Amino acid sequence: MAGTLFRISNGTVYDPLHGIDGKVQDLWIENGKIVAAPTDPAVRADKHLDVTGMVVMPGGIDMHCHIAGPKVNVARKMRPEEKRLARPVVRTATTHSGTMGSVPSTYATGYKYAGMGYTTAFDAAIPPLAARHVHEEFADTPCIDKGFYVLVGNNHYIMRALQEKEPERLKAFLGWLLSSAKGYAPKMVNPGGVEVWKQQQGGNVSSLDSLVEHFDVTPRQIILGLAQAADELKLPHKLHIHANNLGLPGNWTTTLDTMRALEGYGGHMTHIQFHSYGGGGGDENTFNSKAVELAQYVNEHKNITVDVGQVMFGETTSMTGDGPLGYYLSNIYKSKWFSSETEMEAGCGIAPIEYKNKSLIHSLQWAIGLEWYLLVEDPWRVVMSTDHPNGGSFMAYPQIVRLLMDRTWRNDVLAGVNPAVRERSSLGDLDREYSLYEICIITRSGPAKILGLKNKGHLGPGADADITIYTPHENKEIMFELPRYVIKSGEVIVELGEIREPVQGKTLHVAPDYDKGVEADIAEWFERYYSIRFRNYPVTDDYLHEHETIACE
Amino acid sequence: MSIAVKKDAAADSSLKIVRDATCTFCGCVCDDIDLTVKGQQIVEAKQACELGTPWFLNQRIDARPSCLIAGQPASVADGIERAAQILAGAKYPLIYGLSDTTCEAQRVAVAIGDWIGGIVDTPTSVCHGPTGVAFQGVGEVTCSLGEIANRGDLIIFWGSNPAESHPRHFSKYSLLPQGMFLPNGRADRTCVVVDVQKTASVDAADLFLQIKPGRDFEALWILRALAQGLELDAAETESETGVPLSAWQDLMTRMKAARFGVLLFGMGLTMTSGKHINTEAVLALVRDMNAYTRFVAKPMRGGGNVTGADNVVTWQTGYPFGVNLSRGYPRFNPGEYTTAETLARGEVDAAMIVASDPMTVLDPAACEQLAAIPLISLHSQQSPTTRAATVAFTTATYGINTPGTVYRMDDVPIPLRPAFDSPHPSDLEILSGIERRVKQLKAAAR
Repeated sequence: MAGTLFRISNGTVYDPLHGIDGKVQDLWIENGKIVAAPTDPAVRADKHLDVTGMVVMPGGIDMHCHIAGPKVNVARKMRPEEKRLARPVVRTATTHSGTMGSVPSTYATGYKYAGMGYTTAFDAAIPPLAARHVHEEFADTPCIDKGFYVLVGNNHYIMRALQEKEPERLKAFLGWLLSSAKGYAPKMVNPGGVEVWKQQQGGNVSSLDSLVEHFDVTPRQIILGLAQAADELKLPHKLHIHANNLGLPGNWTTTLDTMRALEGYGGHMTHIQFHSYGGGGGDENTFNSKAVELAQYVNEHKNITVDVGQVMFGETTSMTGDGPLGYYLSNIYKSKWFSSETEMEAGCGIAPIEYKNKSLIHSLQWAIGLEWYLLVEDPWRVVMSTDHPNGGSFMAYPQIVRLLMDRTWRNDVLAGVNPAVRERSSLGDLDREYSLYEICIITRSGPAKILGLKNKGHLGPGADADITIYTPHENKEIMFELPRYVIKSGEVIVELGEIREPVQGKTLHVAPDYDKGVEADIAEWFERYYSIRFRNYPVTDDYLHEHETIACE
Repeated sequence: MSIAVKKDAAADSSLKIVRDATCTFCGCVCDDIDLTVKGQQIVEAKQACELGTPWFLNQRIDARPSCLIAGQPASVADGIERAAQILAGAKYPLIYGLSDTTCEAQRVAVAIGDWIGGIVDTPTSVCHGPTGVAFQGVGEVTCSLGEIANRGDLIIFWGSNPAESHPRHFSKYSLLPQGMFLPNGRADRTCVVVDVQKTASVDAADLFLQIKPGRDFEALWILRALAQGLELDAAETESETGVPLSAWQDLMTRMKAARFGVLLFGMGLTMTSGKHINTEAVLALVRDMNAYTRFVAKPMRGGGNVTGADNVVTWQTGYPFGVNLSRGYPRFNPGEYTTAETLARGEVDAAMIVASDPMTVLDPAACEQLAAIPLISLHSQQSPTTRAATVAFTTATYGINTPGTVYRMDDVPIPLRPAFDSPHPSDLEILSGIERRVKQLKAAAR
């Protein structure tokens, strides 16, 4: 039985997966999916939207942000001061109120992403012990589809399996863990380093070959072991990597080592901007960009993809699963500081931060982010992100679009930042400008492909009918910050930033096949060291509401 | 005779075992309780402590009707309609409680607070609210309870008496466990109690520092000074705190020598003179200690799901308690939008109390106001609050009769495994009904 047939006519369509670059055509939607245009010309749509002259793209996908879970919620609690200055989201008859600032409340997060034309977002760092919390917040985060990555880079069972040279057990455990949490992908944060931080004052690893005491493993072993396991489990999104030494001068060699340590396995290097620094020795004056060197490696190695983690000037909140990084930042900025260790699994650090365009470091961070977009030759392998809220809010995406599409404006902004940036980065020499087609790739089609989301990021038959329709404007920031229509699963949910139909959105997760024989061993270990019972750990289906299991194939 | 035997046998065969059930009595939220259930009664609660055992064993279905309006039995549907009319018609309604119900119910209650433009507040404002305020100033270095079990080698309880308030804390989390890095359990740990009186917890401690009442802040500031190596006047230190300087120096030496120090603090700090500056001193001291070793702090949160309430209120509004939604968006100001104060000033004109009994804890002025306004209550037990209510719902008990989620004192979410069914509706069902109706009434009034 056919559902309601919805026709969006005469839009200028961008669908890079199918090579469609600004072609005027119709889209047909049925049961929340894009369908082929009816062959019978007599068929009439039940609903019709004429978008003549407008730009039509798939809904935006944020593949790396922090929008739900314990760390995000603590940051909301911790920062009342910025909420007083940020315009709140006001309640309507059908939508809830909320607060903004760098860490918006749940409803506000859903409305603002949708209002900006983004229809899918992934939280990037969840301790699996807190997975239930994330699913609960997701239930209160409307309008968008969402999923999360599960922290695995300092997991005790994984380090023990590596220590005991048991790759099959590691693989089965990873499958069990992702299934139990109903998460989407494995995420490493400072592999090994967080465990060292738990063990000693100011602790961290310094290189890929630092030894993690008690477990006798190195970051290099953790990276390769997990990359291999993720590959063998055929996960839709392979390993999501926050490398060691984030933010430290001279860390680019660690980043290069990390990419090499994958030995050809697929890996996504996240917020790569924060890992592209030259210099060292604690001397601020040596700080410089190594984006050119690293981008060259990425250009030459197809197993690597990146998202940028663009820094934008202004006040925000740094939040990370990288406990020692939180300590480092709070000492630099003398700010309030939250740190929390999650047993057997992970850490967490939160501190307020303000990026200033007069600061050499901050200006360079801003410039290095832009270098990355402009230096990676294949737009399918570089994704737009601010690592929300770490480099800035997701609300800054339209500004980044303008910086990439408008060289003149980019150079104007560059002229206003710390002048040393010109000598210490290549940004001033880069005259590349992104096209709308390429913007469409780095904000939707590319992340969909990297995430293995076959029904997203394109507008072909079978795709989820998540569509953003823009009114063209010379100023691309204006064009991208206020879409004319946003369509989610075939429903018009936003018009000019106002929520029309606050749909729920679904949770995206994986359920990989794994050797169930490992569960007895996990259970024994679990009951010994965890503070909750093994049976109470896995998240049951009733936490999922609307959801979709993405196949591992 | 034979019939009686048969009857017993039938009763025995109906015994049900619920494994790994969760106790919501205190903030420990132990999830390893094995319940034996006979019909509508729990006859055994293995692993439960002296607080948890009576909590489980005394659970009975309340024979009251599921709904009373003005003291008269009414249908639940009528109760929901009346409650919605009261809330939607109020100018400045209050939603309070939430600490003893599931997160699922809390989510709906906070949503109602938004639709009606009221105040949403929880017992946090009368227990660890000052900790929340101190947290906003300093931050916090903390961890999950399993980290304490696996790593904590110096355990300090300050203004907290877990032997009586959180009986299994010692054995499950803080003193006795043989942790990953503490294979000998208790023998690998040092326990210190700092309090104004010799509590039952002192028996479990290696060291007890009895300080003068009301001098927690001074004592904590002395430790901060000693951590930095500042010289202090011995006579003044002792006269200020009641404890000799040498004892504080000894404690600081132990704190610096610990590999993973833990400071657990209770309402002896938050609800005594100084309030949030006391907790601010704790959080600052523990932060300071991370320049020397690893050190964490943790409030010993109390009953049931107050931690869940903090979380839910925060994720929906951005603020943890005392949230005012009357302007159409959330605002936060403890003391102004918190329950005890706003009631005592006579500002609120209707209230809905969920799973809480403020009538027994608030000051007389606040209680008088609560009794004078249209009041809706949802509770599994009778109380002064339910007796004063215009609409009183008798609801199923969370964790005993209903599933759902509860957050432990360390923010770890834990599922509930109910023991037996209740004829009464759950908080979630009632609140969902009220939300639907309130939304309609408010939309119609726009």
